[in-house]
Amino acid sequence: MSRARVPLTLGVLAGAGLLLFLLPLLGLVVRAPWGQLGAALVAPATSTALTLSLVCSLLATAASLVMGIPLALVLSRTTGVTRRLLRALTTLPMVLPPVVGGVALLLAFGRRGLVGEALNQAFGLQIPFTTAAAVMAETFVAMPFLVITVEGGLRSLDPRFEEAARALGGTSWMVFLRVTVPLLRPAIFSGAVLCWARALGEFGATIAFAGNFPGRTQTVPLAVYLALETSGPEGAIVLSLILLVVSVAILVGLRDRWLGTP
Amino acid sequence: MIKRALLLVAVVPLLACGGSGTSPCAVLTACGAGAPTPVTVFAAASLQPPFDKIAKQLQLRENITTTFSYEGTQTLLAQLKQGAPADVFASADAAHMTAAQGAGLIAGTPKVFAHNRLEIAVEKGNPKGIHSLSDLSRAGLVVVLADPSVPAGKYAQQALAAAKVTVHPASLEPQVTGVLSKVALGEADAGIVYVSDVVSSGKVDGVPIPDDQNVVADYLIATLKNASNATAADDFINFVLSADGQAILKTAGFEGV
Repeated sequence: MSRARVPLTLGVLAGAGLLLFLLPLLGLVVRAPWGQLGAALVAPATSTALTLSLVCSLLATAASLVMGIPLALVLSRTTGVTRRLLRALTTLPMVLPPVVGGVALLLAFGRRGLVGEALNQAFGLQIPFTTAAAVMAETFVAMPFLVITVEGGLRSLDPRFEEAARALGGTSWMVFLRVTVPLLRPAIFSGAVLCWARALGEFGATIAFAGNFPGRTQTVPLAVYLALETSGPEGAIVLSLILLVVSVAILVGLRDRWLGTP
Repeated sequence: MIKRALLLVAVVPLLACGGSGTSPCAVLTACGAGAPTPVTVFAAASLQPPFDKIAKQLQLRENITTTFSYEGTQTLLAQLKQGAPADVFASADAAHMTAAQGAGLIAGTPKVFAHNRLEIAVEKGNPKGIHSLSDLSRAGLVVVLADPSVPAGKYAQQALAAAKVTVHPASLEPQVTGVLSKVALGEADAGIVYVSDVVSSGKVDGVPIPDDQNVVADYLIATLKNASNATAADDFINFVLSADGQAILKTAGFEGV
């Protein structure tokens, strides 16, 4: 009962914010051709795109965890100009229009790219138009969300725990694995969720870098875009709702397992 | 007091755009005698190069200021159905114009104003020596097509079928510009696009497709029923159909009517 009351003005503004989220969602639900939902769910095209979306977004999240947590650690331990520079570089994909990000990836890893040309000549490796390219595009746009969240967690961490562990003779690697990472669990979890959600909805960088081919690079957002362009909004709404339901189910399931309490 | 101020802030912008008949004069300051007549044109993306030139001429001759929205024809039609305000609709195929008529969006009869053909886009200098559609089935070649559900992709399928060629595309782009950019960047060896795309890009070479395999796309234009300036809309369409308008379209790689 002693919970602080929210001032009326703030309540009204919060309500306006919620409406902005709620009304479009309601629009989707109201306009959804529910009769087609069952047929769309079992259609091979849907399951192909959905499977690819899940695989690519989970791989992108895994790659982001493996590279992003160390990157956040480095960021949190630097100061001054270095930090500002690294930070700007890390957040660049967040402000860059994703399509531009995709073109930039082509210019770096494409057949004629800065690195891609050498890879192609040395190993005959061509990254564009492959599933690997879709994962790379998703990692590029999604990893910053993880890095920023984990870095925030690191900065609010009480340094005494790590100091104590070091004083007790822990190597820096051991302290990282046994003290830092467990303490960071909530930040890592929410960062990974943000990262995964962003990867799942990724469109622009994927279409530019990986192209669009069913089963190879056509994730759900690409399929939604094509459906919207061709068969009208109904097909697009069905696909979007399926993606929405699947992602919410996965999130709820993971959250309980990871954080213990809902 | 603060609450009332907040309410005002929230309501005033709504009022400002509430009147449906608000002319641009309400927001633009440079309105007075001899003000230019505005016209809004929803045009298929491939029309951008010639239409931008046509707009410049129209501004000089008739004092008509044209605002364009260039998108895929499908997107434009969807926006028009949702009530997007526009005066002229220029479609890249007959099917979407018919659909617009069916939705009661069109005033009068749509007119064919240009044709476009397909061409194979290859890298400058044609390093892979591609000379016909059948070359596209060669192993090791990265070929990119437009998705069969968009007009350019549908036409490409028809052309490949007429040539009895099977290709294994690396990507099915949702827009023909995607095909073009991937060839221009050197990531794809070849793609099938419109002749006008090759002309406007300038970064790829075009390999002609013979008439018996090629497909001719019709471009149609019409005034919209809810046009806020039907006279200026008609002026725009008349200029597109005039000898000068047709010459601009031909320079851009289209075929006249």
